[in-house]
Amino acid sequence: MNKPSSIDKPLLITNARIVDPASNTDQMGAMLVENGTISELFLSSEPSAPEGTVIRDAKGLILCPGLIDMRVFTGEPGHEYRETLASAATAAAAGGVTSFVCMPDTQPVIDDSALVDFILSRARDTSCVNILASAAITKGLKGQEVSEYGLLKQAGAVCLSDGRNSIQSSAVLRQAFTYAANFNLPIVHHIADTALNADCVMNEGLFATTLGLKGAPVEAETIPLERDLQLALLTDVRYHAAQISTAKSIAHIERAKQASQKISAGVSINNLCLNEIDVGQYRTFFKLDPPLRTEDDRLAMIEALNAGTIDTIHSGHDPQDVEVKRRPFAQAANGAIGLETLFAAAMRLVHAEQVSLIQVLRAMTQRPAEILGLPSGALAKGAPADFILADLDYPWVAVEADIKSRSNNTAFEGARFSGKVMATYVAGINVFEH
Amino acid sequence: MLNQGLTYMASSKTKAVNAKPSDSGEDFPPFPHKHLLGISQLNQYDIINLLDRAQSMAPISRQPRKTLPTLSGKTQINLFFENSTRTQASFEIAGKRLGALVLNMSVKTSSVSKGETLIDTATNLNAMQPDVIVVRHGSAGAVELLSQKVGCSVINAGDGTHEHPTQALLDALTIRRHKNRLAGLTVAICGDIANSRVARSNLLLLGALNVRTRVIAPQTLLPAGIEKLCTEVYTNMEEGLAGADVVMMLRLQRERAGEIMTPSIREYYRFYGLDAQKFAHAKPDAIVMHPGPMNRGVEIDPAIADGPASVITDQVEMGVAVRMAVLDALIDNGEQSHE
Repeated sequence: MNKPSSIDKPLLITNARIVDPASNTDQMGAMLVENGTISELFLSSEPSAPEGTVIRDAKGLILCPGLIDMRVFTGEPGHEYRETLASAATAAAAGGVTSFVCMPDTQPVIDDSALVDFILSRARDTSCVNILASAAITKGLKGQEVSEYGLLKQAGAVCLSDGRNSIQSSAVLRQAFTYAANFNLPIVHHIADTALNADCVMNEGLFATTLGLKGAPVEAETIPLERDLQLALLTDVRYHAAQISTAKSIAHIERAKQASQKISAGVSINNLCLNEIDVGQYRTFFKLDPPLRTEDDRLAMIEALNAGTIDTIHSGHDPQDVEVKRRPFAQAANGAIGLETLFAAAMRLVHAEQVSLIQVLRAMTQRPAEILGLPSGALAKGAPADFILADLDYPWVAVEADIKSRSNNTAFEGARFSGKVMATYVAGINVFEH
Repeated sequence: MLNQGLTYMASSKTKAVNAKPSDSGEDFPPFPHKHLLGISQLNQYDIINLLDRAQSMAPISRQPRKTLPTLSGKTQINLFFENSTRTQASFEIAGKRLGALVLNMSVKTSSVSKGETLIDTATNLNAMQPDVIVVRHGSAGAVELLSQKVGCSVINAGDGTHEHPTQALLDALTIRRHKNRLAGLTVAICGDIANSRVARSNLLLLGALNVRTRVIAPQTLLPAGIEKLCTEVYTNMEEGLAGADVVMMLRLQRERAGEIMTPSIREYYRFYGLDAQKFAHAKPDAIVMHPGPMNRGVEIDPAIADGPASVITDQVEMGVAVRMAVLDALIDNGEQSHE
């Protein structure tokens, strides 16, 4: 997979539009990469490079940090037919994602230091992008007993998450938050009241009623969110609301953020680009958790992203095979893949002039890096040379035949995009070329 | 528009009596759909077309010899994933009265394998070259999913809490025969709206034909956004029934709701069961309907269910006529598109 073409030689990218949210840079320039790290940025000065440097003329393409996706499910170990770490990494590279956090919902569950070690070593051996491990908050994702945070952190876990599961017990959450704070590990928690959500398969409202489907109320998100935020403030843990989807959730996040800088929140690209109407006539690729909400909710998500209330955008990449998707809507599995379309879908918001380019990139580079404590996510001297070259206007259509993921459950099948990742580099190595 | 419909009705009535049996389909405009998946796919012209066709089919069941050769040589499969006596029998009789070869299949499924069974069954049945498949399934959208996997026409005989189009058609036909019109009438639909596909199909159909629709139920049995699907919403039965021309009771779906959304049967009956005292608020000539099977003493007083205002057995009779009309319309349509 890895092509060590330029690993030995320095690489100079010239004639690029350098967009770096962390330094609020958006101007033409050049960047020099040596030994897998960024060794110089030439913004106002003439680029210079040591002898033997490979020079790539970016021809005005955007050069920005590689995207960091905080929510990716794979099938390894346990369901390799859906996705392996390697196939997810190939999909990620095509979508401009140079690092992603692998959720612990595997078989077995990543709740043990040996499994963190397995993920990281498998990733190193097979995968072309950086794969980071998230360890389970509770053993077996059962929401009952906390796992060994100290050992998990030592093994290399960057955060704690129960993946698709949401812990219901306030007592367990308090204990988990307190103990995670002890090891300074961020908690990334999916929020859902499972009792209120029982049997719910889409957003509650007129549309669900007409389809005859049971709808999830927004309160199934806001009630546990408020509980989480209060406990996070109580325990002083680094808390990231994994994904919010409703307009009503935003005020809760805003209030908690005023009280603590350790609070952050994420949103799925699906909740930024799509709404409940996309479910159409029982299209199961749009059956997601949290569900696609109303257009007002979607617009509120965009507003919160602009205001900085929402910190991160993730793909929520969740490969599911035909057997569990080609079912009546209520029985179909949740989830859609999204790594390959993450950048292009985000550019829709930019082209619609709803979010600035730098702000949308910030939510996929700088902020996730800060929340997870990563050295990447910025074009800074000494930072890992994880970056992409992208064409903001390149027109293309997402077709099933081009999907690099092992599963094809995309919510963007047939979608027309403007904007594409033309090249992806991880530690200075070219891992994807359009 | 409706006048036009009524003209059709009047003319077809006479024609059906005099017509040569094999011509019965030719008096009506072609039905422009391959499947009947829901009322939501139909416009008012399609609906009136089907009601008029059904009206002309109704006399056939009252003849001494009750068959037409319209569908001879055609194969109809009734595929029921959910138990049903009445609807399945109605579709079977409808098909047989039109001369079709009818096969009944009841598929017992565990909830885990439901989806696989659905697609697999569809593929296998399709290979047997049926002309029409009538499907009932416990999940909303399942019939539509199946229709994508087969080459023949598909009729939705009820999918989850989504739609039950032939029930809405037979209800409308029953009302039209008793009231001689539909537009301008006030129809009150009472009971478990949240879990009722019958309510959804009826609201869509009656709404399309300018009927005033009311839903009456405790708030726990009203789904979100229901106010946009009907004319008025009531939580008080007496108020909701005031001045109604038609009172349509729904079965309390005890087997479908995860838990009973009402604390007890006696409380439900006291406030939402149709008894003489509550029924007195409706118009003096109001009719009472129920899609069946009834829970006597739960949602309806037996004295009302079997009383003079009840048209419940007429509904069952019109059910056969409507299903004959739908089968005829779809197969007629299929043949024309082959030619």
